[in-house]
Amino acid sequence: MENNKEAVKENSMILQKDMIADHFHNLAQAKENGKKVVYTFVPGNLNELIWAFDMLPVHPEINALQSAMRKKSAAFVLEAEKSGHSEDVCTYVKCDVGMMKRGNIGPTGEKLPEPDLLLLSYTGCFTFMKWFELLKQEYKCPVVMLHVPYQAEGSISGAMVDYVVKQLEEKVIPVMEEISGKKLDYDVLKSYLSASNRAENDLVSVWNSARSKPSPIDAYFGGVYYIGPIFSAFRGLAQCEDYYRTLREEIDERVRLKLGPITPDGAEVKEKYRLVVEGPPNWTSFREFWKMFYDEGAVVVSSTYTKVGGLYDQGFRHSPENPLESMAEYCLGCYTNHNLPSRVDLIEKYIKDFDADGFVINSIKSCNSFSAGQLMMMREIESRTGRAGGFIESDLVDPRYFSAANIKNRLESYFQMIDAKKAGAS
Amino acid sequence: MKLDCFVGIDLGSTTTKSIYLDENENIIGRGITNSRSNYDIACQVAKEEAEISSRFTLLERKLEADATLAAIKGTLLPWLTSKYRHANHLTQLNALKLECANEVAKRDDNEFSAVAVPMLDDVFKILEAESQDLFRPNVGARSDFFRDIAASGFLQAVEKLVQNNPKLLDRMIGIFDKAILVVEGKSYANAFSQYIKYATEETVALPQFKSFAGQIREATNYAANVTFNALNTIGTGYGRQRLPFPKEQIRSEILCHGLGAHYMFPKTTTVLDIGGQDTKAIQIDGRGIVTNFQMNDRCAAGCGRYLGYIADEMNMGVHELGPLAQKSTLSVKINSTCTVFAGTELRERLSMGEKREDILAGLHRSMILRAMSLLARSGGIFDEFTFTGGVAKNPAAVAALKKLVEENYGERVLNISPDSIFTGALGAAIFAKRGYLNEMEKINLEAISKKEQKQMDAF
Repeated sequence: MENNKEAVKENSMILQKDMIADHFHNLAQAKENGKKVVYTFVPGNLNELIWAFDMLPVHPEINALQSAMRKKSAAFVLEAEKSGHSEDVCTYVKCDVGMMKRGNIGPTGEKLPEPDLLLLSYTGCFTFMKWFELLKQEYKCPVVMLHVPYQAEGSISGAMVDYVVKQLEEKVIPVMEEISGKKLDYDVLKSYLSASNRAENDLVSVWNSARSKPSPIDAYFGGVYYIGPIFSAFRGLAQCEDYYRTLREEIDERVRLKLGPITPDGAEVKEKYRLVVEGPPNWTSFREFWKMFYDEGAVVVSSTYTKVGGLYDQGFRHSPENPLESMAEYCLGCYTNHNLPSRVDLIEKYIKDFDADGFVINSIKSCNSFSAGQLMMMREIESRTGRAGGFIESDLVDPRYFSAANIKNRLESYFQMIDAKKAGAS
Repeated sequence: MKLDCFVGIDLGSTTTKSIYLDENENIIGRGITNSRSNYDIACQVAKEEAEISSRFTLLERKLEADATLAAIKGTLLPWLTSKYRHANHLTQLNALKLECANEVAKRDDNEFSAVAVPMLDDVFKILEAESQDLFRPNVGARSDFFRDIAASGFLQAVEKLVQNNPKLLDRMIGIFDKAILVVEGKSYANAFSQYIKYATEETVALPQFKSFAGQIREATNYAANVTFNALNTIGTGYGRQRLPFPKEQIRSEILCHGLGAHYMFPKTTTVLDIGGQDTKAIQIDGRGIVTNFQMNDRCAAGCGRYLGYIADEMNMGVHELGPLAQKSTLSVKINSTCTVFAGTELRERLSMGEKREDILAGLHRSMILRAMSLLARSGGIFDEFTFTGGVAKNPAAVAALKKLVEENYGERVLNISPDSIFTGALGAAIFAKRGYLNEMEKINLEAISKKEQKQMDAF
């Protein structure tokens, strides 16, 4: 079986693996060590602030996807359904609730600590609110909500930034001070923001490397590994900076050698199709899903999912000069907080910037916030770019919604459609 | 004589189809068979059927080329065809008889054997006698498949002979079920010359053809001796991954249906294909190239298989469902087209006193409603609109589609080819031709550039 093959690891991969293991280990010992724990979501997370209070962040979506990749999510989803959650509920939520009900054993096998605070920065996904309502009932701990206005007009106004900053000053920071028992030290916060800024520069360089032909990276399947540290607990930390410096060096070397991306089996992908992908991946059959692309020589040169935790490639950086404003702009700018026309614009830009042959939408059954409107987006992008769009359906962490034969059939048809288009045009 | 051709194979979940194209893109042969559980055999049999059908096309061309034979072709060809098919049928019956005897022997049950052996003798005598009527010229067969014809004949004959002994009936059906699998797996293509010789002799013995015996013999002999040279073969369909072809020779059925529909109706823009396991809504451009498509996900609700279950549940043939549904006067609203619950839904409705034809009309409508949703998701329905796949043969499905298209999109030209079931195989055969020409062009270009290089070197 392909899936049992040991993955070939580069230095950056080893670094990341160690970081994750350390973090879950620290979480397991948090209570013993007197550390406070904050649960928060990836899009619009305030990691630098959490670290500035010397608290430890937990991201429930990351736990869910990690559980799925380790084949543990099916049982958790069923557990949540047993307690009354419908089949249509977001499966990240059900995976998390199921994990909690089964003793909160995290993806690495160590127990996760209960939260001292639920920090809900709401960025475009309604489910986040319901999710923390559930956790609040379960853990009986305080919730602080940061309301991030939706980019309904497709841009961020000064008033929107002020509104978020005001909440940070008047609500979020005071609550965190109370729970941590510490006053916020702005110098400490700024040093974390500086580290974030440097890591973000390196990440953007990695994204831009995909403009090369062949692309040295797969910006979706490989990309989800590249966003690992910066989208989860580590943004702002020195080890995160190290990771991105190392990654950038590795990728620069691949560009120099004109190498394509490497698959989990260690083989180099020979680029035949350059694609942009919209929507999260399926996590339960992640390797199999990826294989359907690289077996056909399809390389993803840019993706939107890898921007849910920040659109750094479009210019945003955390800034130590304006700490609160830059955190506010970060929250406002996450991909999940963009309206449909902006998403269409972004994908169109990616197709042109990265000279893609087409784009694929992976429509997630249980994620309304991502999936609503995707067919409309597809048609609009097709008509603007003249490039072929492909549409597949799967789910985040519920393995029952991954139909390999069906997805493979659609993808093969899609790739042949690109071939036929190219042959017809020449 | 050697004839160059291109072959397309569509390995569907229910049936496997094959198309032979000549160099001028004329369809010369069509073959269809049950997909069974063995794709390799299904593929082989479909190809053999297409080859046989190609030989008949060549025979017809030969008859047309001869002025005297061309004049009597209209009566001659049906005789030759039916005699040929009858010979083929008798061979298969004989094989079935032997296999049934083998199966009885395998049971190692003397008591059963004492009853079954003479009974099989009687059954096959009846089947042979009945076959005379089945294969007369211009008599539409109930089915193209030996399995279907043999099964219904066998069942009727055995039912009479067992005389209210359900246990014995079950055992005899068990024997048939085992034996038919072996017979279906056998190849009869090589027997073409033998059958056509038989058919020729039977035909020229008829008074109206006696005086043309020499020319007829010559024509059939010609058809039997052509060898087919497949320049390229492309496979498609649900089971295409199982075809013993290299990757370049396999195409997605979505592309094949698009191209096949374009070939049949060049103005086609939107294609709907309802097959056994999936439903596809496809948009194509002016060259038959797919620009967009949507298909059902892992659930086979509302596909051909669904009608198959309904037919089983009603103890009817699939092809009988549509005509019955068209007798409906009152359409019942049915929301579920779940294949798994097809029987449950049906029984519930029947128990509520609803009429079979009304329920069937409702089922057809809800099935088409699912297809309408896929069509909408693929971009809509544009002129011209071509309906393909096995379900396009069902008049009730077509009627429901027409009505819903008009309600939702206004008037559209709806094309359905009598060959619609072969659309995918046809597309594959055209891809085979294009692939071959591209390859030839590449080789020529390479040769030219080598030649140029040589000239340069000499210079």
